[in-house]
Amino acid sequence: MSADVEHLKKIADRLRVDVIEMTSEAGSGHPGGSLSSADLMAVLYFGGCMRHDPENPQWEDRDRFVLSKGHVAPVLYAALAESGYFPTEELLTLRKLGSRLQGHPVRGKVPGVEMSTGSLGQGLSMACGIALAGKMDGKDYRTFCLLGDGELQEGQNWEAAMFARQYGLSRLIAIVDRNHLQITGDTEEAVGLNPLPEKWKAFGWNVIVIDGHDIQMIIDAIERASEPSDRPTAIIMETVKGKGVSFMENNVAFHGKAANEEEREIAIMELTGGSE
Amino acid sequence: MKIAQRNYYGKALAALAADPRVVVMDADLAGSTKTSEFQKVCPERFVEVGIAEQNMIGIASGLAASGKVVYASTFGIFATGRCWEQIRLAVAYPRLNVRICATHCGITVGEDGASHQALEDMAIMRTLPNMTVICPADAYEAYAATIALADFEGPAYMRMGRADFPVVTSEDDVFEVGKARVMREGSDVTLFGCGQMTAMCLEAAETLASEGISAEVVNVSTIKPIDAEAIVASVSKTGCCVTAEEHSIIGGLGSAVAEVLADSRPAPLERVGTRDTFGESGKPDELMIKYGLTAGAIADAARKVISRK
Repeated sequence: MSADVEHLKKIADRLRVDVIEMTSEAGSGHPGGSLSSADLMAVLYFGGCMRHDPENPQWEDRDRFVLSKGHVAPVLYAALAESGYFPTEELLTLRKLGSRLQGHPVRGKVPGVEMSTGSLGQGLSMACGIALAGKMDGKDYRTFCLLGDGELQEGQNWEAAMFARQYGLSRLIAIVDRNHLQITGDTEEAVGLNPLPEKWKAFGWNVIVIDGHDIQMIIDAIERASEPSDRPTAIIMETVKGKGVSFMENNVAFHGKAANEEEREIAIMELTGGSE
Repeated sequence: MKIAQRNYYGKALAALAADPRVVVMDADLAGSTKTSEFQKVCPERFVEVGIAEQNMIGIASGLAASGKVVYASTFGIFATGRCWEQIRLAVAYPRLNVRICATHCGITVGEDGASHQALEDMAIMRTLPNMTVICPADAYEAYAATIALADFEGPAYMRMGRADFPVVTSEDDVFEVGKARVMREGSDVTLFGCGQMTAMCLEAAETLASEGISAEVVNVSTIKPIDAEAIVASVSKTGCCVTAEEHSIIGGLGSAVAEVLADSRPAPLERVGTRDTFGESGKPDELMIKYGLTAGAIADAARKVISRK
């Protein structure tokens, strides 16, 4: 394993610690899906995969990131703060009155947050608009959109998927956090999404399926998705909800519930190996 | 003279094609909404989304967040009701420069029937924070408002009809968002109108004049933010008023004026509009009569409200 991968793994766990601390302090929030997305967020924000500059959040050539699954705002805020967009001390204000760190991301409130999201199924349409503007303006920035898997039950995603193919939005990269769980339970027992890669292929997209906890695979997938093409790319990351904290893994109870004090201590211990 | 507002909306968009920020979107109805006029002269900044209004709003949001000034059009019922929550989250909340310009609003959609007759659109758009709501009186005002919106900051909803409406403004009038305009001065009653009902208010004022009643007519083409100052000034003079809109009496112009009066200057008010009901198929003129949206109904309401003073 390369030093870079080791480094990114450490950052991913750092983001996980932030998520646990933030949601526990808030007494609410969505740790499960935040933890399943943490490796991706480490790669995007710290792996040189996404072109961005915390000193210049409005840089017009930056790559854009749209968090369609807005409820995992904690992991986005953690990535932004750890990158230097705002002080990490502010993370503990999550969900509190007067905080910039609203329960779901708000455009214009926090540097680095591109769009307001939180109502599921809308981010991919927004990302299409951003990607289309880039194409109209002759820019080469990429637009990343992180989607939940349960969220794909919202039909608007598929309107956006058809649109992106029609308009050849090749600089648009949708990333699906396929953790197989939604509030009700298993996505396949709610309203099934399988066969998911075939669905995206049928909509005309390039599709890459990876292990969403394998840092090197994430890096490689984003490189492949950035190669010249006539169409957008979907990266389907197979993940574990609650990844990194034993009692949260594959446990739907922690979709929208924070750890209590005792759970918080155990979670931090597991994530840091006792080094904090 | 009668002209369809959408024809002048299309002309205004074509004139705006010179502005590189402007992007026009439609959901499979460009020929009807007349966004096709923009498409003809500027195909590179025209975006057809297909029959997918919710997606159109999301894309509009992304374009506006990237510096574009977006005009998104379809029929009123789909432009507002179909994607109200998308408008709320993706446009109103982040206060983006998206102009939702709907045609085929009101009962004069006619034969298509209730499924296509938006009678609630101003009400549901008016409740959204940050949203401006405009209902121009005629084709010229629709043109002027479309041009004015290019340099307006924030989201807006503009409501237009399908049918030819009487022309009551002048082609060289400049549109100012948020300003109501006195079209005829009077002292016994104020008739507040929007959309084609402004023309009917003027017609009603003629009828009333022949009876010795002096009616003031005010064109309230911005429903939100409502021009409270102009409303209070007119009612302070006349002591009572009628509102007239091709829309439900719940939540639109009538409600907006009632709120202003209740807050600042209580006075008798009668509302002309559809009365908590859906429409139906029929010829536009037949429907206007059946649903009480006529100059005669406005004059009746005026006599009634004067008797309540």
